[in-house]
Amino acid sequence: MTLPLLITLIPLIPFAGFLINGLGFRNIPKSMVSVIGTGASFLSFLFVFFTYLQFNGDPIIVKLFDWITVGSLNIGFTFQVDQLSLIMLLVITGVGTLIHGYSAGYMSHDPGFGKFFAYLNLFLFSMIILVLGGNYLMMFIGWEGVGLCSYLLIGFWNKNTSYANAARKAFIMNRVGDLGFLIGIFLIISTFGTVEYGEVFSRATSFAVGDAMITAITLALFVGAMGKSAQIPLFTWLPDAMAGPTPVSALIHAATMVTSGIYMIVRSNVLYTLSPFTLEVVAWVGLATALLGAVIGLFQNDIKKVLAYSTVSQLGYMFIGLGVMAYSSGLFHVITHAFFKALLFLGAGSVIHAMSNDQDIRNMGGLWSKIKITAVTFLIGTIAISGIPPFAGFFSKDEILAHTFEHSKLMWVLALAGSFLTAFYMFRLFFVTFTGKFRGTHEQEHHLHESPSSMTIPLIVLATLSVLGGFLGMPVVFHAPHYLNEFLSPVYEGSRTVLETFGQVHLSHSTEWILMGVSVGVAALAIFLSYIVYGKGAGVPEPDGEIRGIKKVIYDKFYIDELYNAVFVQPVMRISSWLHSAMDNRVIGGLVNAVSGGVTETAGLLRKLQTGNIGTYVWLITLGVIIFLGFSVGTEVWTSLKSISK
Amino acid sequence: MLILLLFLLPLISGVFLVWNKSNGVAKTTTVLVSLAQLALFIYIGSVFRTDAAALDYSMSWLSDFNVSFHLGLDGLSLIMTGLTVVVSGLILFAVKDLGYNNVSRLLGLILITEAALIGVFAAKDAFLFYFFFELALVPVYLMANLWGGNGISRITLKMFIYTVFGSLFMLVSFVVLYLFAQTSELTELARVSALLKPGINNLLFWGFLIAFAIKSPLFPFHGWLPDAYSKSPTPATMLLSGLLSKMGIYGILRILLPLAPAGAANFSGLVIYFAIVGLIYGSVIAIQQFHIKRLIAYSSFAHMGLMAAAALTLSPSGIQGAVFQMVAHGFSAVGLFYVAKIIYDKTGSRSLTELGGMSQRAPKLAVLFLVILLGSVGLPLTNGFVGEFLMLRAVFDFHNILGIAAVSSIILGAVYLLRLYQKTMFGPVTAFTENIEDIGVKELIVLVPIALVIIITGVFPNCLLELSSSFADTLIK
Repeated sequence: MTLPLLITLIPLIPFAGFLINGLGFRNIPKSMVSVIGTGASFLSFLFVFFTYLQFNGDPIIVKLFDWITVGSLNIGFTFQVDQLSLIMLLVITGVGTLIHGYSAGYMSHDPGFGKFFAYLNLFLFSMIILVLGGNYLMMFIGWEGVGLCSYLLIGFWNKNTSYANAARKAFIMNRVGDLGFLIGIFLIISTFGTVEYGEVFSRATSFAVGDAMITAITLALFVGAMGKSAQIPLFTWLPDAMAGPTPVSALIHAATMVTSGIYMIVRSNVLYTLSPFTLEVVAWVGLATALLGAVIGLFQNDIKKVLAYSTVSQLGYMFIGLGVMAYSSGLFHVITHAFFKALLFLGAGSVIHAMSNDQDIRNMGGLWSKIKITAVTFLIGTIAISGIPPFAGFFSKDEILAHTFEHSKLMWVLALAGSFLTAFYMFRLFFVTFTGKFRGTHEQEHHLHESPSSMTIPLIVLATLSVLGGFLGMPVVFHAPHYLNEFLSPVYEGSRTVLETFGQVHLSHSTEWILMGVSVGVAALAIFLSYIVYGKGAGVPEPDGEIRGIKKVIYDKFYIDELYNAVFVQPVMRISSWLHSAMDNRVIGGLVNAVSGGVTETAGLLRKLQTGNIGTYVWLITLGVIIFLGFSVGTEVWTSLKSISK
Repeated sequence: MLILLLFLLPLISGVFLVWNKSNGVAKTTTVLVSLAQLALFIYIGSVFRTDAAALDYSMSWLSDFNVSFHLGLDGLSLIMTGLTVVVSGLILFAVKDLGYNNVSRLLGLILITEAALIGVFAAKDAFLFYFFFELALVPVYLMANLWGGNGISRITLKMFIYTVFGSLFMLVSFVVLYLFAQTSELTELARVSALLKPGINNLLFWGFLIAFAIKSPLFPFHGWLPDAYSKSPTPATMLLSGLLSKMGIYGILRILLPLAPAGAANFSGLVIYFAIVGLIYGSVIAIQQFHIKRLIAYSSFAHMGLMAAAALTLSPSGIQGAVFQMVAHGFSAVGLFYVAKIIYDKTGSRSLTELGGMSQRAPKLAVLFLVILLGSVGLPLTNGFVGEFLMLRAVFDFHNILGIAAVSSIILGAVYLLRLYQKTMFGPVTAFTENIEDIGVKELIVLVPIALVIIITGVFPNCLLELSSSFADTLIK
């Protein structure tokens, strides 16, 4: 098989899976549905792997056809395989396959089984296009495509109106971001005359650092990233998105789609390197989001909501990394996060399964002995996200923190505070769920069971990856190769051209050791405190009615949804009603009435003078011509008078 | 010669059907004529670049006044006649099975409208253009009156007078140009118009603009639209929104910009501003509509504003985007109004407060509705995206702030269209949607082609863009 064909098949196979399951789900037996769906995903993964084997380091561009050609602008339907897209593809199709397999068990009792797999395959197709596309408009196809799939999957159980509302909210908030993305694309076209990555980035190297246009482009693109990757102020859709089935939360709202914003910035790294101002904005927005997500996560009692806010927070960390120009570190965290967060969500799904669909951790407790595999793998995920070596999360987060330290001490302190909170609320979640006594109903206790192997095998694989994933990039002080940085190095060619100091680290080894020690210490302290309160102390969060004061404000997510509703939604609704009743019906409609009334009356008057309608018509025409000529003669006279007076 | 056939076939069969009484004959004739038109058009398309004679027909009409019956096709006209042939065919297929009384007469009127529209889009003579421009509305007016509900005649009469009133200004502009040129051949008028004093050219501009702004319609001349679209019977609404509205935008491209270039240079900016106001205005109003047809009506109006604005930017992106979007919108508007009719026939309701949960009972309808809706939302790989992308880019390049305002319409569009979808297809079933059945072959034969066009032209837009590029190039020069 030729390489271009191989690459083209990577997105096409899941698309074929979508068509087969989507068109035929009424006639295909359930067992075949999951084989087709998961098989498509796995085949796609294999093809990515084969492509990786044949990849020699130079970007491979596959142009299928000219997509949109207008004037001098020619946008191709192009795929680009390079180090960055390969890594993203491996994560997407790899984790994707595991989650497809898990879904075969998790969704087995759902009447919409076939539809679910069709949507998952469609998502995979869109996500692959997003990272495989060779220009910004291709990325936009994937970008909005994953948004659509997210909409369909959040609203999968759309009989429930609040779930359908959550789906709509996600799509609309993402569209706010897309507005920025589109404007970014328009600016790119007017600045560079093309949207193809290769040309844009090579032309960008002739710009100076701090160029105003580049700053505008990068800010506009970042608005898009804020929407997709749930950053302040466009983050409130992500917690609501937990309305979707849990495998969806794991795949779309943790491991892949929400990291698109990070991919976009790493892809455009030349442009961002040229714009220190935007990078500073990215870093602070990321930091604020990381802290806000962590604070809200402290008091949530819905197992999926805790994980959702933790995702918001972790995405914030990735943006901090990008903002301090540690692009690889941001991407590194994308990878490790994909492992441990997918693990945690799938683990949560297994817990929810065992709990007969109860998601409130206050009703759980003591599950450790009941669902052993889920519990152990969940603990591994929790340790990984808390930043304890040698688990995966430690290495990627530590890298981000080290670069942040170099960039700004204040940011580092705040980011460290965030990781303290992370370790605390994640272990709170673990202790309340798995230790102590079972607090649910007898019926629930009776039903407690470990999930089938189709669900536990993905958990075990992801747990293994969460333990070992960090070895992709070992700290310099360990004198081990940083495989990820070495592999990704060619992607930053442009950044190195425009900024001589790019990628240079000035931390001494002793500082690095100290930083590492501090962050491990902070995490350990948080875990210890969490243990005192929720583990040994067996503390259980209070019922909703007893939550008071500042805790209530945090529990209610700082009333940000209510604020948006009052500031944006309600005013637009009111304006809409007012425009319709006052403006459109009266003024605009009045104009029609005036004209038609006037014509009818004039016709009536004229009919008295003339004999019939046709006469009126001709008469009006003549009148018009006379007025018209009178006007033009008048303007002629007027202009000649003016020229004389000069 | 073939172009004449393309025009005469629907005209003659239309007149025949108006007098015919038998439903069976009517349906057979409709199917045969639609397919013949399609075949004829495909043939014309295939010889478009090689056989100029097939595309041109000229006959002396009012020889004393040097006015001729001249039809011809360039890239733009080819696209527009193609749109007319295909969309009229879909409307005919949809209407023949909707259970209207006197269906033969109704189908005949639709065919006459088709003929008039082909006349508009192929006319190479100013007075011929004007003639067809007015003629196209007559059968639709009759349709609305004869098959519409109570109180419809007052609404349609208002619409009729208003648009005829607007067209008068165009006629006056034509007459003035005619007096200078002594011929009404459009190419000749364009040549003469370039030599005129700016003052006259400005007035010509406004004369044309009023006609097209009322026809499309554009803000603030759209007062006739909400009632006419929502209260007319579905065949009339589909024709108005899918095809007749395009006469306004086509007029801007074919008449306004070439025949009043100096006026356009002076005043286009102002009109673009108003058109974008209309885009936002219509979108915002659509958000709070509960009547399905009214919601789609405002959405349709909003889209017209963007097309006009883009065309007036006089840039390759804007012109080709507007042409492309005319096609995209033609299909999606007809599709949406057809779906609204299906929903009404199944449930007896057009109110979003009464509907819901239909996707559980009618999954095929839900899927096809979603595809058409996503076309309107402008999702990439649908044709709506290509049009919107090109048009928004043109407006953004024209004026950045105005462009950002225009781009915000993609958010508003998602708001009201997803609301429309959710309130009909999602949520719990209601008393109205409890006992409905899914759509069958009759509906699929209309909706599936629409969905396919939306996707295929979204993936391969260049098949249309290639045709409109030479027109855009000449217009800009």
